[in-house]
Amino acid sequence: MNGRQDNARPDWVSQVERVRDHQDREAFAELFRHFAPRVKGFLMKSGADATLAEECAQDVMATLWNKAHQFDPARASVATWIFTIARNRKIDLLRKQRRPEPEDLPWGPEAEPAQDDALALQQESEQLRRALSELPDAQRELIERAYFGDLSHSEIAAETGLPLGTIKSRIRLALDRLRHAMR
Amino acid sequence: MIRHHLTDDILMAYSAATLPEAFNLMVAAHVSLCDDCRARLEAFDAVGGAVLDDICDSAAMSDGALAATMALIAGGAPVNVPRVARGAGVLPAPLQDYVGGDLDAIQWRPVGMGVKQAILPTSKDAAARLLFIPAGAAMPDHGHGGLEMTMVLQGAFIDSGERFARGDVEVATADLAHTPIADIGEDCICLAVTDAPLKFKSLLPRIAQPFLRI
Repeated sequence: MNGRQDNARPDWVSQVERVRDHQDREAFAELFRHFAPRVKGFLMKSGADATLAEECAQDVMATLWNKAHQFDPARASVATWIFTIARNRKIDLLRKQRRPEPEDLPWGPEAEPAQDDALALQQESEQLRRALSELPDAQRELIERAYFGDLSHSEIAAETGLPLGTIKSRIRLALDRLRHAMR
Repeated sequence: MIRHHLTDDILMAYSAATLPEAFNLMVAAHVSLCDDCRARLEAFDAVGGAVLDDICDSAAMSDGALAATMALIAGGAPVNVPRVARGAGVLPAPLQDYVGGDLDAIQWRPVGMGVKQAILPTSKDAAARLLFIPAGAAMPDHGHGGLEMTMVLQGAFIDSGERFARGDVEVATADLAHTPIADIGEDCICLAVTDAPLKFKSLLPRIAQPFLRI
């Protein structure tokens, strides 16, 4: 669909660990080159102008460095972790609201997380990414809009001229197909 | 055991950051108590991560952006800050942040018939409040213009033949006029969020409504 289907994608976990354990600037630069333009694009699609999005993307990447200890590869991919940081900054900056976060689980990232759990989670995340990229364009676009356009279901309906029920069922269908593809 | 959960729509909207603050607070409070909804929320976050990773419209960073970011970090080592611990109180941690403590820090205001409320400071596009309903008493009869979600924090209530206990969420839409009644065993404390003001049916509460901001 978008030609980015190479098999040997890095999962970025080792880069985050090198930042955490050794303040490794080269590992950080690799993460930066991959994720910073994506975070900036995400924020611009959410209504930020280029200047604000740039500033905020730098801030998100700095947070990645500072909070590297909180990353738990058994619970999230690096992309998912960065997504949650960027989403929270988006609320701070664009909507000027507090962002209530759930309590954390009673266990934190373990000193040595179970390697099997981390590997399984990272593989599932890659399957999910691939399933998403293989969705028909119309469905993929709706999912992207739900996450990046800052559009509610009804706002998406207004923009595409599709009735609300159709939108909801299409998003549900897309998610069902994602789930199915992951089995 | 929690029987009444958040819907996929609400969880996805929390993940995508399209909810008003009051509803974010509801989701954060419920997920703090409900591992099932936490897992479903993490699945939606994973979709968000995949969308970010595969975004078609990435935007080139300015020259010197990496250097500017390194300057922000100032070469400091990542600090291992302890994460927010699971609270021991009745209120989940995100609610304690808004109240400034646990139950004894809540600034209750009487609404009538022994019912009390405390409005929480959130953005104006929706409202969040804590409700105190004495054991065995009815929540004042009300309908509402929009969506209302109510989660039990202490005790339990019965509504339309169903029982809601700690962590359970009742979702009510505009066309439903309902009357939750607190279980006899214990005073009931709930978190209620609405995207439109509650409409009380009996005359007295309706007159009082502008003053109570409900």
